[in-house]
Amino acid sequence: MTHLRQTLVVAGHGMVGHRFVQAAVERGLTERFDIVVVGQEPRPAYDRVALTSFFSAASADELSLLPEGRYDDPRVRLTLGTTVEAVDRDARTVTLDSGETLGYDVLVLATGAGPFVPPVPGHDLDGCFVYRTIEDLEAIRDAAATAKAGAVIGGGLLGLEAANALVSLGLETHVVEMAPRLMPVQLDEAGGGTLVRHIEKLGVEVHCGAATQRVVDVDGRVAGLELAHRTVDAEIVVFSAGIRPRDQLARACGLPVAERGGVLVDEQCRTEDPHVFAIGECAAPGGRMYGLVAPGYSMAEVVVDTLLGGEGSFTGADMSTKLKLLGVDVASFGDAFATTPGSLELIFADAVAGVYKKLVVSVDQDGNASRLLGGILVGDASAYGTLRPLVSSGITLPANPEELILPASRGGAAPVGMPDDAVVCSCNNITKAAVCGAVDGSADRPGCADVACIKSCTRAGSTCGSCVPVLKNLLDERLAAAGRLVRTGICEHFDLSRQELFDVVAVHGYRTFDDLVTAHGRGRGCDVCKPAVASILASQLNGHVLDESTVALQDTNDAYLANIQRNGTYSVVPRVPGGEITPDRLIVIGEVARDFALYTKITGGQRIDLLGARLEQLPAIWRRLVDAGFESGHAYGKSLRTVKSCVGSTWCRYGVQDSVRLAIDLENRYRGLRSPHKIKAGVSGCARECAEARGKDFGVIATEKGWNLYVGGNGGANPAHAQLLATDLDTETLVRYVDRFLMYYIRTADRLQRTSTWIGALDGGLDRVRAVVVDDELGLGAELEADMARHVDTYFDEWRATLEDPEKLSRFVSFVNAPGTPDPTIAFTTERGQIQPVLEGEDGGPTLIAGASIPVGAR
Amino acid sequence: MTATETWTPVCTLVELEVERGAAALVHGQAVAIFRTHDDTVYALGNHDPFSRASVIARGIVGTRGDVPFVASPMHKNAFDLRTGRCLDDEGTSVPSYEVRVVEGVVLVGPRRTP
Repeated sequence: MTHLRQTLVVAGHGMVGHRFVQAAVERGLTERFDIVVVGQEPRPAYDRVALTSFFSAASADELSLLPEGRYDDPRVRLTLGTTVEAVDRDARTVTLDSGETLGYDVLVLATGAGPFVPPVPGHDLDGCFVYRTIEDLEAIRDAAATAKAGAVIGGGLLGLEAANALVSLGLETHVVEMAPRLMPVQLDEAGGGTLVRHIEKLGVEVHCGAATQRVVDVDGRVAGLELAHRTVDAEIVVFSAGIRPRDQLARACGLPVAERGGVLVDEQCRTEDPHVFAIGECAAPGGRMYGLVAPGYSMAEVVVDTLLGGEGSFTGADMSTKLKLLGVDVASFGDAFATTPGSLELIFADAVAGVYKKLVVSVDQDGNASRLLGGILVGDASAYGTLRPLVSSGITLPANPEELILPASRGGAAPVGMPDDAVVCSCNNITKAAVCGAVDGSADRPGCADVACIKSCTRAGSTCGSCVPVLKNLLDERLAAAGRLVRTGICEHFDLSRQELFDVVAVHGYRTFDDLVTAHGRGRGCDVCKPAVASILASQLNGHVLDESTVALQDTNDAYLANIQRNGTYSVVPRVPGGEITPDRLIVIGEVARDFALYTKITGGQRIDLLGARLEQLPAIWRRLVDAGFESGHAYGKSLRTVKSCVGSTWCRYGVQDSVRLAIDLENRYRGLRSPHKIKAGVSGCARECAEARGKDFGVIATEKGWNLYVGGNGGANPAHAQLLATDLDTETLVRYVDRFLMYYIRTADRLQRTSTWIGALDGGLDRVRAVVVDDELGLGAELEADMARHVDTYFDEWRATLEDPEKLSRFVSFVNAPGTPDPTIAFTTERGQIQPVLEGEDGGPTLIAGASIPVGAR
Repeated sequence: MTATETWTPVCTLVELEVERGAAALVHGQAVAIFRTHDDTVYALGNHDPFSRASVIARGIVGTRGDVPFVASPMHKNAFDLRTGRCLDDEGTSVPSYEVRVVEGVVLVGPRRTP
């Protein structure tokens, strides 16, 4: 039955091997082939491009491309920690180091590349490392614990990544590059020089044009590097001097390899043997090896396509690069070195600001710049998104092409008309036409009005993000052209956005909706603007939400300090800070629930929900709870909900910090804080993350040295993982950052915008948040902290205050003319020993009493 | 059936919060009473036909253009305070009642014919 099925063996489970399997599964290749993937590393494929972030990641799993450890297709078998030792092309078998022999019909070599270690004396001493795998990084981290200084040999892309890692480990860092400049493959001399100045500002010492003579050996351990004319002290040496294709398997079985290494393959990535393919860094299509992941991905797709009978081919790749190295923007694209005959260079350099930009252009017969061929950007790569598509589309340049790289203040950033087929997002190969299509919309989908929508519709801008400014420009142009007005007013009563309303209230000191709507709006408001204004007034003044001046603005739940349920009853949630509760208090909750016949359920935020309370019962229920020491849990408010925690170092044998203590302190600090949307938080006592802090608006994860702060997570329909904002903070700094973060959010977010979408919509995203919260670039830090201090100082329990005020209590009646009469339409049945609401028309539900003389409408 | 001509006193005007509602029991029916910014008083059936719960009195009161309305607290459907007509769904409405304020006392009268 299965004799028609064939076997495909993939040697290597790196990023490219993984992409191959993904594509094979997605495109149905597994209908014909059983796939066996043999990976040498002990873990499934991970994001090697983001390797440096391993040090800030909570665990190696964060980098994983296959966190479940297996593919969702039973016809794919993944064998890890295993090496393919030999290929027998005649028998079509491979031999593994486990002794197993596998037959194949198709063999795909995806063995990648290995680091090149120059044969300098001492290169194998204790303290020498390479920078390629998670295991390498773990070893470097362990060695860094006792080291003071480290040196990286190699000043290319990878070398600077490694230097970044050493800096983040707190080491005094040297970079040694044999070429006269950094990143010799991507940058020219002036660009490399600009980059050096940036990097030296960070305390990294750069040695260019320096050949390493030997690694200094003291008792068999690394003690430094001897360069041609000086010696640098270092206990750690990282070799990052380039990579070499791992083509030994092919060599051993007689397949031809390229002169400089790499299995020779044709445009279908097929070797001389029709049953054997090679993809990624171990392959050399047309004799050339590609050391980037994107071409490897293309090769993987081409092989899948070929095996399916398609006509895909790999004919070379765009080697454009844009990245942030040690915080410096660097981009190089197209013919960056002006090798095209007759090409000219346009250069803008600002040595003070550390910006260097170069365009390489071709000239027409009249001597005018006609086409963009390539360029280099250092220090400010914001133009990359606009420039790179100009190279591939080959459109004629505007009359003053230098404006493309001049700062905006000097007349730059001129809009450039791109052709429809220009690729705007090169990561996902999305054209301008596709982006404009998303903005225009179609019969079954409304058009996009913001960049976030374009991202989700087209995937443009969702990978490296470098094209987001271009997306924004295209969006604005397109909307303007279509005459679609971008309305920022929150509703028909105000032309102001929530952020503008917040500022107007702060500046003018308005205390009532009436003053605000008279001065800045029209009409009597609605269910959109009133709760928004109520929230803004509460954030700034922290008055009681049921005060006479604001009671009419409050949304459903705030209006009665409880959450309305489907039958018009309410749920009651007392605050249980950090989820820690004494047996006595637990008993009180149980007794209250029993005495008022409430349904009880444990919430996801580690507290207890009491449901089915009638409006008129709320004061009596809360009287009992407040007397027992409980406070409002604000489950009804757009405000801080809970700070969830694990038991932490107090009890857990893995815990490294007291997560419960911190969670309680944070919850008590931010309780009652009204905000644009609900805020949830979590604190985990170790990297195991049992409190699920990364699913929260702000999450704290303990480290050996302090706390890591993550922001912008949420669950719900569109779950988002919180992103790392700052690492190894002491508690005081952590609290200061959270103060700033929350106040910045409260000031600038739209109504009902969770932190994740707020961050996504901010110009600059998470970097912007970091600039304001961590680096205090706007100088707002002290002000934001003062705002929060005022909130903390003026906090009061609004349920206790309500119970103490007969005026406020008078609202909690079923009927104004029959305060003690329960609403006859509320009815319950019993299920699993507890009450459940039942509505009119449902089995066992109430019938609306048709009064003697009043008909009950046309129902 | 015909509407009754009886008028039921439910509360005083000052007991009603401005731009909020209160529920009253009139002949066994829950009626939602609203006092708008200009001290006009309206009465609608308290039953929300969308959610089938008796909650209209707890909604937010405002204006759409010149139309005074209440947004049901359940799913925010808007109802014209003057007629009970749903502003988001032509075919749906809640009952609307005659109201008078006599010497500071709010009286709910017969149901208006749609």
